[in-house]
Amino acid sequence: MNQGEAAACAAAEAVTTNEEEGGVTNAEAGGSGLDVLGATVHYGAGSRIDAGAAIADVSFAVARGEIVALLGPSGCGKSTLLRAVAGLEPLSAGSVRWNGEDLMGVPPHARGFGLMFQDAQLFPHMSVAKNVAYGLRWRRVDRAARDARVAELLGLVGLPGAGERAVTELSGGERQRVALARSLAPKPRLLMLDEPLSSLDRALRDRLAADLARLLRETGTTGILVTHDEGEADAIADRTLRMRAGRIAVP
Amino acid sequence: MERRDRLVASPWPGRIGWAVAAALPLGFLALFFAWPVLALMATGFTDGGRVTLDALGEVFAQSRTWRVIGQTFAQAVLGTALSVVLGVPAAFVLYRLEFRGRALLRGLATVPFVLPTVVVGVAFTALLGPGAPLEWLGLDQSLAAIVLALAFFNVTVVMRTVGGFWAQLDPRPEQAARMLGASPARVWRTVTLPTLTPAIASAAALVFLFCATSFGVVLVLGGRRFSNIETEIYRLTVQFLDLRSAAVLSLVQFAIVALVLVLSSRLRGRRERSVSLHYSGRATRRPGREHWVAIAVFATTTVLLHALPIATLVWRSLRAPDGSLSLVNYAHLVVPPDGSRLGSTVFEAVGLSLRMAVMAAAIAMVLGLLTAFVVSRRPRSQRLRRLIEVFDGFLMLPLGVSAVTLGFGLLLTMHRPLGIGFDLRTSVVLIPIAQALIALPLVVRTLVPVLRGIEPRLRDAAAMLGAPPLRVLSTVDFAMIRRPIGLALGFAFATSLGEFGATAFLVRPGAQTLPVMVADLIGRQGAEHYGMALAAAVVLGVLTAGVMMVAERWRGDAAGEL
Amino acid sequence: MHAPTHTYESFEPGSALSASPKEASAARRRKAGVRSALGLAASTAVALTLVGCTPSGDSGAAGSGDASANAVTLVVHDSFPNEEFEAAASAATGYDVTVITAGDGGELTNKLVLTKGAPIADAFFGVDNVFASRIVESDVVEPHRAADLPTRAAEFAYDEVGSLTPVTLGATCINIDPAWFAEHGVAEPSGYDDLADPEYAGLTVLLDPTSSSTGASFLIGTVASFGETGFADYWSRLVENDVRIEQGWGDAYNGQFTQGGGDGTYPIVLSYSSSPAWTVSEDGESTATAALLDTCSSQVEYAGVLAGAQNPEGARAVVDYLISREFQDTIADTMYVYPVDEGAYVPGDWQRFAPMPGATNDLSPAEIGAGRESWLKTWSDATGW
Repeated sequence: MNQGEAAACAAAEAVTTNEEEGGVTNAEAGGSGLDVLGATVHYGAGSRIDAGAAIADVSFAVARGEIVALLGPSGCGKSTLLRAVAGLEPLSAGSVRWNGEDLMGVPPHARGFGLMFQDAQLFPHMSVAKNVAYGLRWRRVDRAARDARVAELLGLVGLPGAGERAVTELSGGERQRVALARSLAPKPRLLMLDEPLSSLDRALRDRLAADLARLLRETGTTGILVTHDEGEADAIADRTLRMRAGRIAVP
Repeated sequence: MERRDRLVASPWPGRIGWAVAAALPLGFLALFFAWPVLALMATGFTDGGRVTLDALGEVFAQSRTWRVIGQTFAQAVLGTALSVVLGVPAAFVLYRLEFRGRALLRGLATVPFVLPTVVVGVAFTALLGPGAPLEWLGLDQSLAAIVLALAFFNVTVVMRTVGGFWAQLDPRPEQAARMLGASPARVWRTVTLPTLTPAIASAAALVFLFCATSFGVVLVLGGRRFSNIETEIYRLTVQFLDLRSAAVLSLVQFAIVALVLVLSSRLRGRRERSVSLHYSGRATRRPGREHWVAIAVFATTTVLLHALPIATLVWRSLRAPDGSLSLVNYAHLVVPPDGSRLGSTVFEAVGLSLRMAVMAAAIAMVLGLLTAFVVSRRPRSQRLRRLIEVFDGFLMLPLGVSAVTLGFGLLLTMHRPLGIGFDLRTSVVLIPIAQALIALPLVVRTLVPVLRGIEPRLRDAAAMLGAPPLRVLSTVDFAMIRRPIGLALGFAFATSLGEFGATAFLVRPGAQTLPVMVADLIGRQGAEHYGMALAAAVVLGVLTAGVMMVAERWRGDAAGEL
Repeated sequence: MHAPTHTYESFEPGSALSASPKEASAARRRKAGVRSALGLAASTAVALTLVGCTPSGDSGAAGSGDASANAVTLVVHDSFPNEEFEAAASAATGYDVTVITAGDGGELTNKLVLTKGAPIADAFFGVDNVFASRIVESDVVEPHRAADLPTRAAEFAYDEVGSLTPVTLGATCINIDPAWFAEHGVAEPSGYDDLADPEYAGLTVLLDPTSSSTGASFLIGTVASFGETGFADYWSRLVENDVRIEQGWGDAYNGQFTQGGGDGTYPIVLSYSSSPAWTVSEDGESTATAALLDTCSSQVEYAGVLAGAQNPEGARAVVDYLISREFQDTIADTMYVYPVDEGAYVPGDWQRFAPMPGATNDLSPAEIGAGRESWLKTWSDATGW
């Protein structure tokens, strides 16, 4: 069984298990995939310095295999929303569900979601290959399968043979490609992309947007794309939601 | 097959983990530091079982008390000022300019900080005392000599703290100011200096602490006339057994230390926040004519303040009792001269010192790592963050408490502590424990800034790739501080190797560590013993310097505070 | 923010600590992170045990807590030949003798007083006449009358009940460099008053009595000579005459004396009556220094049994050994002082160049005990230190 199948199975099993345990059923929660219901994050006075914008009562759904773009000006709470879905930011109210199962209390590493940061956040002390393989470390994948998966992904993002390079030597575009490969490697059931291309120049951005759209389709990934660029949203996503001042704008 | 059936994680394992990580160093400090020190002070404040604060009034009514407090401040302020004035140019030259041999110079510049005070005291006397090359300066037994010696140790601290920060500073605002027509001096005053101020202030606070609690240097170079609080506590406790007065002075010392710690923690916080401005491009330049002031100050510091005393010491160690140049003093360390009955040979002393230092460094490292991990967290809860700040401050206290108080306090408390079956007071185990207490703050201060400097979203990234919390810690935090760990280990080891104060006040078996041996040899009759003391001091200096040079190679450019 | 201004090595968790990560199975790899943390802890533990065991093994960590009834611990001051003594005393007494060190005479005394009730050893040696009263009056000693007390020991006994047993005798005296005076055409000084004479201005190094027991002994000599009312004035004159005051004997003699460590410039120094024996010429016919016998005060070092000792029998045996001829014969060579037993070995050089001074400026331990603190305070005021 290859890694992809393993991850898919893992996800399927999780669903079954939860149904058996008598949790909320998919039907009740409104279908398979991600459901965000009334999500609210607010920061008290004197809170973290790096706190993002607050969000209030945000609800939306992403079906399996669907890619949804969250579009809005900077500071409107897009990144906070992603972090809340990821479990990195606790919700003050509302819930995040996957296949109907409430993820409250599930730590970020156990949600099976992926998050690609605007500025890549590659591990500077690891090579390109080690970065890409990082998410496979915590799975029972033997070394050969892991190496194969890394090579496959580096090929997919257009950086074949770059595995031994140091991430500090990479250009901006290359970093984002490695970050994408790293996010895709463990086959997350939901991949969130936080302004993945905004740090790049125009020409590179257009090319990578096309690549990204193709890659997400090819891998059948369920995704949320956060961007402030309408063209990018159109090029990559199936559907676009607009955010303004911490809320989803009514279309 | 990965199972996701136990998805809902309890927050408790994590909390318990952090609590244990904080409890271990806390427990160690409570047992081997707070309890002994407080027990000794309590003895001073009780009279026949009753608590009495009469001592406060009595001691503060004496003019000598105020003179000692005044001298402590005078020496610390002057020592700190000189260290800053000489340390900032050194930081510029070693961290902002690029030239061949810079790495070696940086390594060498660290050595003075870890040299044992016994050695430095001897070196300064050999340079400034009667009959010495610089006797004509008239600095012998003067405030100036003490201040110079304090600067000798602490220029390094400023250089490292400020340099580490400076190296990561974005040079573009300076360039912008130049393009707006500002002269280099004006750029320095209006752009560079304000940016560096938090780092300089944080370094100054640390240096002030070191200066205000300096013991060996003040005792050897100043005598009773220039007593500071630390040497006065020594005299009151060791010679007069006046625990009442000593306890009052210990309180004063606590107050000064607490004040400085609060101040420095504030300043550190500001500095660590402003580090986020930093720049990953190339910030160093080749030395040019416009840098001559900094280069000149740095060269003068290195040659006159650092190299000269050390060179004098080495030169004198190479002179036989009859004045001729020879290696006889070193030979005597291996084969003692006729009629000399040394407690142990130099090999035994080096061996013991190394074993003690390994043990002390290991203790300091384990506790320091745990502490650094805890202190570098920034939890959401404000109350928890406060608690962490207090914890951080508490762990710095050993820097500011008299070695005598600790030594005598251990004597009071370590008689079968916690029901253990043997008398720890007379055990050799207490030596590395005391040394670890001294080294622990240095380890923490080396690691914390690096850990705090790790982009928190790297940890998020790791978590999002499925890494559980402990593995985030091992694959991100731990992996990224491997080099600073090397440096911290070197610091801990070198400090323990040269540690004299705390070791000297313990009850110990006959075996001597190298610094204790140096002190013992100085106090022996027979000219050859004095020569051997100088030679042993050089051996000790070379050992600590060697350790630091190795540690320095591991270090990389990550900025620690030291 | 972290700036990758330098390249980190790639890091495989556990690779630093485990032997062959390449062969590790996937299952093991899962534990890699934890393993590196555990590895650190384990290697530390190993280091602690390795390092920890060896020194305590060879140095007797046990002290009074040793379970063996045969063990006895002697606590001494800094200048004592610990290891030789352990072997010899164990053989002579049949006990398993351990020696521990607790600082100089004053520090030793204070540590013993502080640990009253739970002594750190069974017996002690190295409390001198300056601190003798403090230790006796603090009730930390158990009186013991040695069986074969040498005649001279009886003469220097502290009290009738045998609270303290005198072991060594010494005298602190001003030492001079006669060659220096010959060379400079100045007459050699001979007594206390000469040191305050302007002719000898800036030539003398003394010791701080608040930090050195040698210095304290000399101070007591001046009290004995000038009286409790006159000694402060004498010290004021000394200060006016530009005496140098050092913290420790080594700093003064080895550092400042013209016949000391090499570069000294002061021809008059406070040292011991035995010091001239250490500056004897190669041919053994002369010595480069002389002690001024009118400026001497006696220093007696006592031993005793500690109250509450785990092994009082053993403690008494060790004290008896300290005044036995066997140990007394070694004192001159190892501690630079005279044995209390007048029949014990003293090197020939000593008899010739470093005789015991005849008349010394002494006070009884009781007088010293009563006046010590106030004299030190008076001294501080007089010298401005």
